[in-house]
Amino acid sequence: MRLPWKGLLVLGGCLVLWEILARQSGALAAYFPPASRVAATLIDIVKSGDLPPHIAASLRRFAEGYAIAAVLAVSVGLALGLWRGFYHLVEPLVELLRPMPSPATIPIAILFLGIGDEMKIAVTVYAGFWPILLNTIDGVRAIDPVLMNTAATFRLGPWQRFWKIVLPAASPQIVTGLRVSLAIALILVVTSEMVVSNDGLGFYILDRQRSFQISEMYAAIVALAMIGYALNRVFLAVDDWAMAWHKGLTRKEER
Amino acid sequence: MLEVRELKKEFQPLSGKPVVAIGSVSFRVEAGQFVSIVGPSGCGKSSLLLCIAGLSRPTSGQVLLHERPVTGPPEGLILLFQEYNKSLMPWRSVLKNVCFGLENRPGMSRDHVEAEARRYVELVGLRGFESHHPWELSGGMQQRVAIARALVRHPEVLLMDEPFGSLDALTRIELEDTLLRLWESLRATILFVTHDIEEAVYLSDRVYVLSRRPSRVIEEIDVKLERPRNQLSTREDPRFIQARHHVFELISREMAKE
Repeated sequence: MRLPWKGLLVLGGCLVLWEILARQSGALAAYFPPASRVAATLIDIVKSGDLPPHIAASLRRFAEGYAIAAVLAVSVGLALGLWRGFYHLVEPLVELLRPMPSPATIPIAILFLGIGDEMKIAVTVYAGFWPILLNTIDGVRAIDPVLMNTAATFRLGPWQRFWKIVLPAASPQIVTGLRVSLAIALILVVTSEMVVSNDGLGFYILDRQRSFQISEMYAAIVALAMIGYALNRVFLAVDDWAMAWHKGLTRKEER
Repeated sequence: MLEVRELKKEFQPLSGKPVVAIGSVSFRVEAGQFVSIVGPSGCGKSSLLLCIAGLSRPTSGQVLLHERPVTGPPEGLILLFQEYNKSLMPWRSVLKNVCFGLENRPGMSRDHVEAEARRYVELVGLRGFESHHPWELSGGMQQRVAIARALVRHPEVLLMDEPFGSLDALTRIELEDTLLRLWESLRATILFVTHDIEEAVYLSDRVYVLSRRPSRVIEEIDVKLERPRNQLSTREDPRFIQARHHVFELISREMAKE
């Protein structure tokens, strides 16, 4: 892989700027530790075993919530995409719920599910659901009628049509939805942990802020950014491999 | 073997009265024949093929295959589309696209399917391109994949909807001859829709000329030219020129009507 040198240079510049500004912040120094100290703290809290359990807790909630959201949204999306009448029935509901900021569901989830993992996973599922759902519906509805007619003239049964045509044809759009939801699911895990929790990165960040361990707070935020980045990278690698045909196809169409 | 009886097809636009695309079309295709349908654009040729393939319901009238009415996609009949780029599966390789033609045949092992597919990839002249994806190929090569995918299934009847309509002239000539060669060796029955008069005469045993909308058959022309046909000598044959002349006159007379 070629490194994006210019981009890395800008990133490096920002870190240097952070370092310089923090060292000259005077009265605000307590709230604004330099980058070097945050980095050292991050290494410390990872080595001492302070942070890892919280990372693990967040990642577990993320994995569970994201997986449930993916399975649920892809299934419902395929059904809604295939049965137009059904879609029209629920369209107003979808259009109302979709733009509502998902953290608003946290208080409701607490009422019904308490303050444990069930609540956090439930809100993560809810938030991750929408992008996958809408992209799946679009993907199915965009399948060309010629392709469906081809399936019909070769006398494919409904199941074969589903597995051999609908699912692969809609998969690039489904993957787009999955990618959007990846970031959203992580946001909801952290937000719900900030609202009420006794572990997880969201809890850790807020807890260290309240107890004036500001370096630790920043270190955990940096860790969170790195986790988000890593998750996205893993996703892109899988996407590159599974959707190679689609990338080739779209490159060809752009030419 | 294939008979279309007084087939009528109406479409309901979003507002207003229904549009009669096909007025009343009747014709027969005998086993092993190569039959073409030509007509002015918008005469419902594609709708006609969709009805024959059992993919669309005629408003009235019937399609009979071996004396039995067609109510859904029948076994032994394949419709090949003009839009090869939409009909092939971009996520499958050339070989896997051709395999698709046999995959839902019961009792065929995976190896057998693949061996047959390989054979047909070679027959259409795509040896060496098995692992390419359709979008890596030219239009003519893509249509060859679609032809292989249809023929690997050994259909009794192959319906072709302007299959070479979007190809350049030289590619089209090449594909016409490939198709004739395969048709002669496989003894399939082909019903070929085109707006190209010369192509229809060159390929066919019989040409049906359709009128403007609402369409009906205005004439059937038997083309009595020897086979195998040849792009030069056949097209220079006085009988070819005469048939082409006749069909051209019929269609331009149709197009002049308002």
